[in-house]
Amino acid sequence: MDFSYSEVQQMLQDSVKKFVSKNYDFDTRSKIIESDSGYSEENWKLFAELGWLTVPFSEEDGGLGGSAVDLMVMMEEFGKANLVEPYLPSVVLCGCLISELATGEVKEQMLGKLVGGDLQLALAASETGSRFNSSKVATTAKSNGNSIVINGRKIAVLNGSNANELLVVARESGGEVDADGISVFLVNPDTPGVTVRSFTNIDGQKSSEIDFTDVTVAASARLGEQGKALMAIEKVIDKAIIAVSAEAVGVLETLLQKTVEYSKTRKQFGTVIGTFQALQHRMADMFIECQLARSIVVMAAMKLDGSAGQTEKTKAVSAAKSRVGKAIRKVSQEAVQIHGGIGVTNELDVGHYFKRATALEIMFGNTDYHIERFASL
Amino acid sequence: MKAEFTAEELDFQSEVKTFLNDEFPAEYREKVDANVRLNKDELVNWQKILFKKGWAAPSWPKEYGGTGWSQVQKYIFATEMGLIGAPEPIPFGMKMVAPIIMAYGNDEQKARFLPDILESNVWWCQGYSEPNSGSDLASLKTSAVRDGDHYIVNGAKTWNTYGQYADWIFCLVRTETTAKKQEGISFLLIDMHSPGISLKPIVLIDGHPEVNEIFFDDVRVPAENLIGEENKGWTYAKVLLTHERTGISGVPRGKKRLSSLKRIARETDDGFGSSMMENDAFKNKIAALEIDLEAIEYAELRTLASVSAGKAPGPESSILKIVGTELAQRIDEAFVELAAYHCLPFVPDQFEDGFQGDYISPGTSASAALTYFNNRKATIYGGSNEIQRNIICKAVLGL
Ligand SMILES: Cc1cc2nc3c(=O)[nH]c(=O)nc-3n(C[C@H](O)[C@H](O)[C@H](O)COP(=O)(O)OP(=O)(O)OC[C@H]3O[C@@H](n4cnc5c(N)ncnc54)[C@H](O)[C@@H]3O)c2cc1C
Repeated sequence: MDFSYSEVQQMLQDSVKKFVSKNYDFDTRSKIIESDSGYSEENWKLFAELGWLTVPFSEEDGGLGGSAVDLMVMMEEFGKANLVEPYLPSVVLCGCLISELATGEVKEQMLGKLVGGDLQLALAASETGSRFNSSKVATTAKSNGNSIVINGRKIAVLNGSNANELLVVARESGGEVDADGISVFLVNPDTPGVTVRSFTNIDGQKSSEIDFTDVTVAASARLGEQGKALMAIEKVIDKAIIAVSAEAVGVLETLLQKTVEYSKTRKQFGTVIGTFQALQHRMADMFIECQLARSIVVMAAMKLDGSAGQTEKTKAVSAAKSRVGKAIRKVSQEAVQIHGGIGVTNELDVGHYFKRATALEIMFGNTDYHIERFASL
Repeated sequence: MKAEFTAEELDFQSEVKTFLNDEFPAEYREKVDANVRLNKDELVNWQKILFKKGWAAPSWPKEYGGTGWSQVQKYIFATEMGLIGAPEPIPFGMKMVAPIIMAYGNDEQKARFLPDILESNVWWCQGYSEPNSGSDLASLKTSAVRDGDHYIVNGAKTWNTYGQYADWIFCLVRTETTAKKQEGISFLLIDMHSPGISLKPIVLIDGHPEVNEIFFDDVRVPAENLIGEENKGWTYAKVLLTHERTGISGVPRGKKRLSSLKRIARETDDGFGSSMMENDAFKNKIAALEIDLEAIEYAELRTLASVSAGKAPGPESSILKIVGTELAQRIDEAFVELAAYHCLPFVPDQFEDGFQGDYISPGTSASAALTYFNNRKATIYGGSNEIQRNIICKAVLGL
């Protein structure tokens, strides 16, 4: 048994740490969020140079190997910095989906541009009625000779406002929750009929609601086989769940550390508040939660990389997301509470980690959803 | 034991219902239902409507223009207000400073300040907390030094809710540096328009500048604005703190929110073609919230009965503060769970007056995260829940 990082993983961790300590303090992050795109293009170029954009891909796709553990190592560090660059939507979600579905020149070109830092992508999958279920797709794609006409509304399209291309999940056949009949299309956001409303999210990242009204694309815009995309989508979302869970571990450990530090300096009643046992035990519980969250994410990432069957992998992913979700509640709320008034202000970074933690809890299914999914497998 | 209302009380209840239905402006109601904040003018206007009816100050004695209602009537009124979503009076004047002025102010002060509070002509804010004096309030440092007919005030207050709207602030200030920190504190009323006062807004994590830091730089305050005796302010303030903690359980508001939670749950797809109200885990969660709300309601009724029987509100107010705020926060969480991706966009202005930009669809549930964030304050202010637990340990359990 060995839980230590490989040399490559260690290097990856060191390189993110180094970047963050040099380039990503709270004020810099705030300025990035206020900028039009909501991320730093300069940072993105640097990520490409450092090889970070290759992490989720296999070697034959020009990647680092595509291991979930590698991804976990990096995302945890992103979490500690509360990084807002669109790594998850562009690289993890869309990059992996392209790697699963696309073939030949399309695949080669898109992944090449993506890892080179020259392409921003967004996945338009979720809908008002889909909640967290990938097979619930009401957006339709109808063949019309050699073209496809897409109609529907997508929500929570992360990085939607920056995307050069959208990956749109739409139904070509079957009922609203059928596994069969779902395809993914490449759609340029400038195509007539695409309306994008963009928001800055609670965590400072960008998302969009996108309406598709009789959007016409060529049949060649379909990635992969007609109506057979669900398995690939679910596989990619499982990987994304490892990514957000690992990021949450980084966020929570940072909150714990900041809370403990604060409790050692904030004085009330003539003593630092860290001497009150009522608070000490709660910080001990926060520590325990962080340890359990880290452990279950390690378990799930290793299982995803291993030879277990699909059901077992999916179960491990749901176990991780639900358990991390529980830890998010506990640790992030306590961090705010123990900071007192200053914890609910925009001035302190703690509130911003709290908000990111809240978003991570929601993304790709909250605690209840994944407990249910775990139980049903 | 008997929990029913009497015939007269039932009559009163229907009178209140009718009044609120007729007089609480429909446009305010729409805003409240859409989680849009009422602005200062609207809050004041509503208060004036209540004043016209003679119901502005349910908790005041009749001689000062209060209603003279029984505890049960007050309870009925607060409940009906909460159920319809009508805002309570802004507490700072009506519920916080007025009782102090009545109890410890002189006749001149009563005549000068109380009518304007009753009519909502003047907006007050509370100036207790300081950057280094939160839970340990008695360590406060803002100083007031006597200079002839005036006090010269220097220092900084913080977390002043709606200080940006305030005409007056009631402050705890240090008039003497004595051995025991509680003993050198005085209760001073200060005109917010006085030279030397400046204000810095603090934006909370929901994006709303709800609180402020207030700086006092050689502010001259007429000595006639001192309440009661010099150095007795702490005793007065302690009385006020129990006032602050009554009616804090928020049962009516909790009921209203649970019913809108259920409505939204019925309208929210679970992702498999059923509604979230048919999802077992979520349904059970709502049931558990309802059950806890009921326990709190009866705890409050029992407190009410003992107060009606002439007992002072004691540590019960600590219990209600703890359970009320913690339940409200669990309801906040349920709204976030229900809203899921819809509450990711951060558009605080959507819940302010006159917003014209892009709305997050589908509407109501989109405010869930903002409310969740904002309401983390509830377990921190008004004496944090840790401090309330300390009070229970000391005052009830004898620990
Ligand atoms: C939104 C908001 C509005 C407010 N409005 C007003 C207002 O209008 N006027 C006003 O005067 N004040 C107001 N307050 C201030 C509020 O009363 C203080 O925030 C509160 O008293 C806590 O003080 P603090 O923030 O300095 O936290 P601290 O006192 O520093 O507490 C930090 C943490 O330590 C815990 N702690 C402290 N002492 C103990 C102990 N002995 N045992 C165990 N735990 C302990 C606290 O519970 C908290 O979790 C407001 C605060 C907020 C957040």
